[in-house]
Amino acid sequence: MMTPMDFLLLVRGPLFVVAVAIFMLGFGIRLVEILMLGRARNFAEPRGSAMLGGFRTVYRRFSPDPGTFERAPFDVVIGILWHVGFIVALFLFIPHVELIRKTFGIAWPALPNPMIDAIAVITLLALFAALVQRLRDPVKRFLSTPQDYLVWALTFLPLLTGYLAYHRMINPYPLILGLHILSVEIFLIVAPFTKLTHMVTAFVARWYNGATFGRKGVQS
Amino acid sequence: MTLGETLERNGISRRGFLKFCVTTASLMALPPTAATAIAEALASARRPSVIWLSFQECTGCTESLTRSFAPTLENLILETISLDYHHTLQAAAGEAAELAREQAMHANQGEYLVVIDGSLPGPGSNPGYSTIAGISNLQMLEETVAGAAAVVAVGTCAAFGGLPVADPNPTGAVPVSKVVRDKPVINVSGCPPLPMVITGVLAHYLTFGKLPELDEYGRPLAFFGQSIHDRCYRRPFYDKGRFAETFDDEGAKKGWCLYRLGCKGPMAYNACATMKWNGGTSWPIESGHPCLGCSEPDFWDAGGFYKALSVPTGNIGGTAAVAGLAGVAAGAVGGYLSGRAKKDARTAHRKVTADELEQKL
Repeated sequence: MMTPMDFLLLVRGPLFVVAVAIFMLGFGIRLVEILMLGRARNFAEPRGSAMLGGFRTVYRRFSPDPGTFERAPFDVVIGILWHVGFIVALFLFIPHVELIRKTFGIAWPALPNPMIDAIAVITLLALFAALVQRLRDPVKRFLSTPQDYLVWALTFLPLLTGYLAYHRMINPYPLILGLHILSVEIFLIVAPFTKLTHMVTAFVARWYNGATFGRKGVQS
Repeated sequence: MTLGETLERNGISRRGFLKFCVTTASLMALPPTAATAIAEALASARRPSVIWLSFQECTGCTESLTRSFAPTLENLILETISLDYHHTLQAAAGEAAELAREQAMHANQGEYLVVIDGSLPGPGSNPGYSTIAGISNLQMLEETVAGAAAVVAVGTCAAFGGLPVADPNPTGAVPVSKVVRDKPVINVSGCPPLPMVITGVLAHYLTFGKLPELDEYGRPLAFFGQSIHDRCYRRPFYDKGRFAETFDDEGAKKGWCLYRLGCKGPMAYNACATMKWNGGTSWPIESGHPCLGCSEPDFWDAGGFYKALSVPTGNIGGTAAVAGLAGVAAGAVGGYLSGRAKKDARTAHRKVTADELEQKL
């Protein structure tokens, strides 16, 4: 029988390596394929820098245009809230920084645990609100596919299990820590093959848009 | 002679004895009335026969038990139980020693306790890795346990395999609970275990005639119910995010949390933080060293003593780089193939001229 410790050692060891390998492999394939699709050559004379315009748009798209905000304030606020919360919890929680340091040799200062704790709660609530909104809004519900719900669950679970592990709400600790790591591994494995790819492709798409504008000399 | 009489003869006062009983009761989270029950039961108990078997071990468990508190009640309790067989402590040697074990087994059939420290080569491995008097550990364990009332696996080696079971486990070592199936087994893990935990378990058994409540690893909940992290006096620093980065930096001097230095406190369940060692003097974290998680299964293989608990045990960086490059290569092949397909389709596409259309019309 597998003990909680066996489980933890499995998910911290071989399973994590497998998950990261699939993540890297999957994203490698997706990105290079997209980039190699190529675009028809633009023979028009450039009126501005494509490169600069691209980066400018990558940055500018972080703030929603007024029209979008007026039409869907809930989506904008909740969307920003949980995306930022998720990224802060992911990259500024001490154990996560420790993982990155040991894996890639780079590190940065982390936030105190109670701050991450509060951010995690806000993120969880925001994600939950997003789900309720998706289920209640007839248009959103109609547009939602099973993948949308899967992706929601895969995003929600690492946060939930992380919160439970931090507060030691499930015993023994190796079990809940193992479940947290496992939920992250499932996220990593599924990410390149679902709409979670937007974590990378969103920037590519924004840059491309911006590059087109920049080339035309449009201040987007 | 009863245990009470023996204690009296050894100069243990009634007050000292009662103090031990009260401490034991409170440590095991028993109601205050249990202290009286423990006192009565222990005072009138006959010296129970204990056979202590030592297999693949380092004698650290015995050292912990006999040295740290001497001369105290816990120590005397061990002397006053009828310790009929114990390599390190017995005077007899060779055939006489083995004879003592057999005699104790026959004289106390069905009533004696077997205490084991060390793991043993499992049923599937070469028995020659560890033998005593030409008898394999497995054979000795099976024949000794057959007539026992209960089995106490003392130390992480006996409870979970400990060092001998660490990868690649050359002797095929297994913990006691993998071999003993038909008797109650209580795991008193730790490398070494706290002396008070060993004596507490024995006192509980002598008082109530049964083993205390156990956790999912077969450890007494009273001692292993809370993690080191939950009871650690450095916990406020963890919560504030103040961590020692090295063993001698400012943080370490100020007593900050040792998580980054590899502390396994969050996953280690033991009573070190509350009971401490050497008569309550100190414990590893108080002396500035992270918890190794020595009371947990597979603690030798749990990803390195000085690596933070959240760090994966495998080689992530190298694998990620190789997998990323493989993905780029596969993506390039995929991109090339679909590009060629597009080109072929374009070439193969027959263009219809206006004349051809007119002919058809």
